[in-house]
Amino acid sequence: MIHSKSNQRYQIIINAVLLLVTVIMVAPLVLLFMSSVSSESSLLNNGYSFWPKEFSMAAYQYILTNGQTILRAYGVTVIVTIIGTIANLVLSSTAAYALSIKKLPFRNIISFYVFFTMLFSGGLVPSYLMWSNTFHIKNTIWALIVPNFMCSAMNIILMRTYFMTSIPEALYEAAKIDGASYLYIYHKIVVPMGKPIFVTVGLFAGLGYWNDWTNGLYYINDAKLYSIQTLLNKMIQDIQALQANAAAAASGAAMTIPTVSVRMAIAFVALAPILVVYPFLQKYFAEGIAMGAVKG
Amino acid sequence: MKNGKKSEKLTWSILKQYIPLYLMMLPTLIYLFINNYIPMTGIVVAFKKYSKKKGIYGSDWCGFVNFEYLFKNDAGLIFRNTLLYNIVFIVLGMVVGVALAIIITDVYSKKLKKLYQSAIMLPFLISIVIISYIVFAFLSAENGMVNNSVLAAMGREPIQWYAEPKYWPFILTFVNLWKGVGYGTLIYIAGIAGIDTSFYEAARLDGATRWQQITKITIPCLIPSLITMTMLNLGRIFCSDFGLFYQVPQNSGALFSATQTIDTYVYRAMISTGGIGRSAAAGFFQSIVGFLLVMGANMIVRKVSRETAMF
Repeated sequence: MIHSKSNQRYQIIINAVLLLVTVIMVAPLVLLFMSSVSSESSLLNNGYSFWPKEFSMAAYQYILTNGQTILRAYGVTVIVTIIGTIANLVLSSTAAYALSIKKLPFRNIISFYVFFTMLFSGGLVPSYLMWSNTFHIKNTIWALIVPNFMCSAMNIILMRTYFMTSIPEALYEAAKIDGASYLYIYHKIVVPMGKPIFVTVGLFAGLGYWNDWTNGLYYINDAKLYSIQTLLNKMIQDIQALQANAAAAASGAAMTIPTVSVRMAIAFVALAPILVVYPFLQKYFAEGIAMGAVKG
Repeated sequence: MKNGKKSEKLTWSILKQYIPLYLMMLPTLIYLFINNYIPMTGIVVAFKKYSKKKGIYGSDWCGFVNFEYLFKNDAGLIFRNTLLYNIVFIVLGMVVGVALAIIITDVYSKKLKKLYQSAIMLPFLISIVIISYIVFAFLSAENGMVNNSVLAAMGREPIQWYAEPKYWPFILTFVNLWKGVGYGTLIYIAGIAGIDTSFYEAARLDGATRWQQITKITIPCLIPSLITMTMLNLGRIFCSDFGLFYQVPQNSGALFSATQTIDTYVYRAMISTGGIGRSAAAGFFQSIVGFLLVMGANMIVRKVSRETAMF
């Protein structure tokens, strides 16, 4: 590009605009972090701010020493995310692999069966009634794993497309001639060669589980099974219940609500893993978005 | 069927070799059957007087009673909110997304380009519950940053943000844009990267300004993908982001006039006593209209650019 004066000016302007956008994108996260390291008194006196009057790590100390509920919720989230992501990858990739075999009889019908789930949905009410009354999933760990997040047509389609375009069919043929079973081909060829798509789909499936609070809202009211997002959600509900009914608060009906800074610290701790992995996996996130790998 | 020839030859011995493949995908197909197909049949609950004892299919039919109730009372507000928010989100998301994509593409420094891209994508990855905590840090009446630092410094009275519906269309639009704009931007950046660079070279030789290049080359070249995105969004115009409208206003009852959408209504009615009927009616409406809109939108997309259509 030619470095003319007008071009230089243009570069300055767009960089200024984009720096401002970057600040807008990141500043709220800074506020969250700063709130979590503010002392309780400076929060109560001066409110949340980007530079608290008085710093304190008390909120994090509290989480580490007294926060059994919080640590437990964190553990639930980790377990649910791991199991859910693996289940999602297995369910999506096996179907995607089978549907990538062009000669499979009834392939079109089955593809349509998968695809139709993207076009039409029964909505919340029938699905809620089915999971809670037919499968009795309420207040079990399965409630956080099974409904909605375990497999989506989008993931199957993304993986099928990848397998069909990136793994040469000749490889399958050769393996078949050597007498390899379909399961063996899946295990020895599809999984290793499809690694990039496994990472991308797994990342979004994992993100979906980590961030999900809806299944917890619908199906969980046993505090032992709170995920970290469910816990954050319940804390808001309890505060509102307190504000609505101060008398109930006095009787200690609601669970004890952590202080303002502790709440922000919990939120930050829930966010931290994403911030940590993001720089390393940014490429996969970007590719996933470009391919349309959003949950749902 | 286009593979009629194959199915003619389809014999048991051929089918038999594929049994392992069918078995491999069986769990997935069963999962989709349970998670997606059974609830599809369950939408009949909208026409029933639901009783927990009798279940969805055993409950007594009640005709359009649930719909009558819905349309007499709440439908106007929730449909209006859902549609208006979506229209604003679609338009703003597109304008801001395209603008950001164009200027990010033009940034000369590769490092800065990557920084900007990473930054605008970041909010997309954050759970809406955490976002509601962040919004609360800004807007809480007692401790919020806006009331304590900004309004106080300007000598203004603090505002009860969570009790005043009039601010919320702006707040929710901002939050939605903040969270979602990176997604569109990334797609448009990919679109711009696909434009033939010789167009720009020719334009520069003819002395076209940067602005002319944008309006005469970049935007016209993006139009197919803009139409596709808009159509896909229009297909979902009766769906709202439950988290955005439920969590971010912290479920505050005072704000319902500005924050109640179909999805929050369906949930709130469902968990209220005796509300399953109207909840199911609203959900039924959303499912059917949503399906018709998606089909219609896809038909239009197919006409514009075949390869970007969903099917």
